[in-house]
Amino acid sequence: MKSLKNFFEKTKPLVQKGAKYHWLHSTHDAFFTFLFVPKTTAKTGTHIHDYIDLKRAMSIVVLSLVPALLFGMYNVGYQHFLVTGELASTGFFDIFLYGLIKVLPIVIVSYGVGLGLEFVFAQMRGHEVNEGFLVSGMLIPLIMPVETPLWMIGLATAFAVIFGKEVFGGTGMNIWNPALVARAFLFFAYPAQMSGNDVWVALDEGDKVIDGFTGATPLADAAAATADSPLTYSVADAFFGFIPGSIGETSVVAILLGALILIVTGIGNWKLMLSTLLGGAFMGIILNLFAVNTYMELPFWQHLILGGFAFGLVFMATDPVSAAQTNRGKWIYGFMIGVLAILIRVLNPAFPEGMMLAILLMNTFAPLIDHYVVQSHVKRRMKRAKVSA
Amino acid sequence: MPALINNTTLDKMSEVIKLRKGLDIKLKGSAEKVLESLPVPDMLAIKPTDFPGLVPKMSIKPGDEVKAGDALFYDKYHPEVIICAPYGGKITSINRGERRRILEVVIETNQQTGSREFKKAAPGSLSAAQIKEQLLTSGLWPFIRRRPYGIVASPNEQPKAVFVSSFDTSPLAPDYNFVMEGQLGTFQTGIDALAKLTGKKVYVGINGTSVFTNLKNAETVRFTGPHPAGNVGVQIHHISPVNKGEVVWTVNPQDVLFIGRLFETGSPDFKKIVALTGSEVERPKYLQTLLGSPVSAITDRRLKNADYKQRIISGNVLTGTRIKTQDYIGFYDSQVTVIPEGDDYEFLGWADPGVDKFSSTKAFFSRLFPKKEYVLNANLHGGDRALVLTDQYRKVVPMDIMPVILLKAIIANDIDKMEQLGIYEVIEEDFALCEYVCASKTKVQDILRGGINVMIKELG
Repeated sequence: MKSLKNFFEKTKPLVQKGAKYHWLHSTHDAFFTFLFVPKTTAKTGTHIHDYIDLKRAMSIVVLSLVPALLFGMYNVGYQHFLVTGELASTGFFDIFLYGLIKVLPIVIVSYGVGLGLEFVFAQMRGHEVNEGFLVSGMLIPLIMPVETPLWMIGLATAFAVIFGKEVFGGTGMNIWNPALVARAFLFFAYPAQMSGNDVWVALDEGDKVIDGFTGATPLADAAAATADSPLTYSVADAFFGFIPGSIGETSVVAILLGALILIVTGIGNWKLMLSTLLGGAFMGIILNLFAVNTYMELPFWQHLILGGFAFGLVFMATDPVSAAQTNRGKWIYGFMIGVLAILIRVLNPAFPEGMMLAILLMNTFAPLIDHYVVQSHVKRRMKRAKVSA
Repeated sequence: MPALINNTTLDKMSEVIKLRKGLDIKLKGSAEKVLESLPVPDMLAIKPTDFPGLVPKMSIKPGDEVKAGDALFYDKYHPEVIICAPYGGKITSINRGERRRILEVVIETNQQTGSREFKKAAPGSLSAAQIKEQLLTSGLWPFIRRRPYGIVASPNEQPKAVFVSSFDTSPLAPDYNFVMEGQLGTFQTGIDALAKLTGKKVYVGINGTSVFTNLKNAETVRFTGPHPAGNVGVQIHHISPVNKGEVVWTVNPQDVLFIGRLFETGSPDFKKIVALTGSEVERPKYLQTLLGSPVSAITDRRLKNADYKQRIISGNVLTGTRIKTQDYIGFYDSQVTVIPEGDDYEFLGWADPGVDKFSSTKAFFSRLFPKKEYVLNANLHGGDRALVLTDQYRKVVPMDIMPVILLKAIIANDIDKMEQLGIYEVIEEDFALCEYVCASKTKVQDILRGGINVMIKELG
């Protein structure tokens, strides 16, 4: 430990402004502060500071994503062997290993490209490297279909970091959730490769598939469902996550584990989660009441366990930067995400899934919501002034 | 206006104002209820830097003899507001800092010099004008501060009320029930003077165990809840909030004693009790000394021997001023806190389970021990970042004010917004907890004072 510290302390002058290796300054600083909490003490203001910092907050979010990641890996293998008809003859570890081999490169590309760009921007701006991408870099793989080509992941990540975040000034300044910007970029730039039924299950060349396999996600099935073609999944499968879908989004159980970590540590805002849930359930019930087709009849609670709803609710609606900042604004923001997600899902035939668009849309409106919440706060305060005058 | 104040306060007489938001930071080293009287120190100093917004003009020069109550300097913009010598002696030096800013006026004390004499009379028998005159000429006026802005009150303004908080909820704060032992009569005299001076209500904020319940000429309002329930700004907000164009005055409990003594004895007497606290103190307790006392008189031979750096703070760990051993205690401070400096690297500190790491969040295992007292140091525990977590500040400000939104208005230099969002109601101490809890290590108090300075400059 000590020699490591000495190494960083000794090399510090070499990366200062004007020194030979100044271009490595941000990199040096990022690794040094990652390994050692700096010795900086308070100069002005409060003399003591909470032990919480963004490194801890963000690493807790990453930790909360681990169940979804691990299950996602397993499910990639599970879906693969299911459609090739080899599930019964394949062991647990082989299933997981298959998924690991498929998913790990995506994670590596996401982190590699994203962090690389973060270091470059930090260096250009003379800032410290922000921890925000630790979360985005994990979110991006989890919301991608497993068959997304790696170059697309890299391109989308770069787009998200540059146009989703850094043009606004970096972590804390962005309007949209960067991971969803990456997803939306691919969705609209490469619709052929990113939607339809061929991207959700990992298949290698020469794989034989079982009869009747379409590759469709349950949501796509539901959207296409008619009265005489019943849904092709069981509720238990959807809840535990044994359905096709983006890598990390399928298992409600794994996501709930993550939610538990976020709520217990207080890092994720439970109000945002609850309000989104209420919004989704509310819209689902409305649709059930006025149902005119099979999809609208889909019981509202099933919406909550299908597709990206749970994942978006726990990990994306709760992004504190792109959500509404005010307390009342958060309730409105979350509720509207839930409403819009289900609305888009069911009533817009172009989009089988609505969570991504709902969150991005509400990200856009979050400042407006805050504006009105603040205005009403100011109005109340002004009224107080008039009363006592 | 008076009608409303009477209405709301009548209700509040009987009820308790319960505050839920806030945070009690439990530190090791609270003062034992033992009082030790210290001899008059050889040197005393008054620091013009303790008065934000005041431009000092010297009344004396080095070598001058001064009595207790003689003017040392006055406010350039309110020449009638003088700051006086707390004890008789000789001016040894006027120390200046950058750009010749005056940092301290140092007096070598002399028991023989004595003090100036003023009128000895019950405040009730004097007129408001006479009381004002006496407070101004004796140099006691600067103990009256005003909201908005937390600066010395102007003698020309008419406040709508006077507020005294009789309890302090900040970390390791002195217990005024103990400090007031045997001095409640003098405190009452001080309150009488303030009531007569303003002709307005004097509100005293009290807590559950208060000895201040039987005050006359004042209205007591009981508060419960975590810090900052004891902050006078928070109490004002819940009793009679400051709106645009309104002014209230605030006085610290021990400063009320100074005023009381002046009228009881006719001579200025600046004896003051200071709580010496903190984990680096061998035996934390209360010490009686003088206003302007050197910190060495308090801390010498009372700190733990340590092979690491210690930080001495005049005041508490949230709002106090960092001082060195050769410095002097702040004008308004009743506490000295000593904590470890903590200027060390910590290997993978952010990943530590954190059994010994107190936090306002639930992200550390220390949450399992709610009763535990902690040794906290001055380390920032992280780097400066943009604001990311948005719900932290709201949870520690028990007022109808949106801290993050107000701070953003200040950063944007938007005067209208600052006014609408409540800049008249808060000073640094009211937002100090925001700075403590901030995961992005934002300098909240500096930002707020910056905003207040803009308001003073633009609107006067």
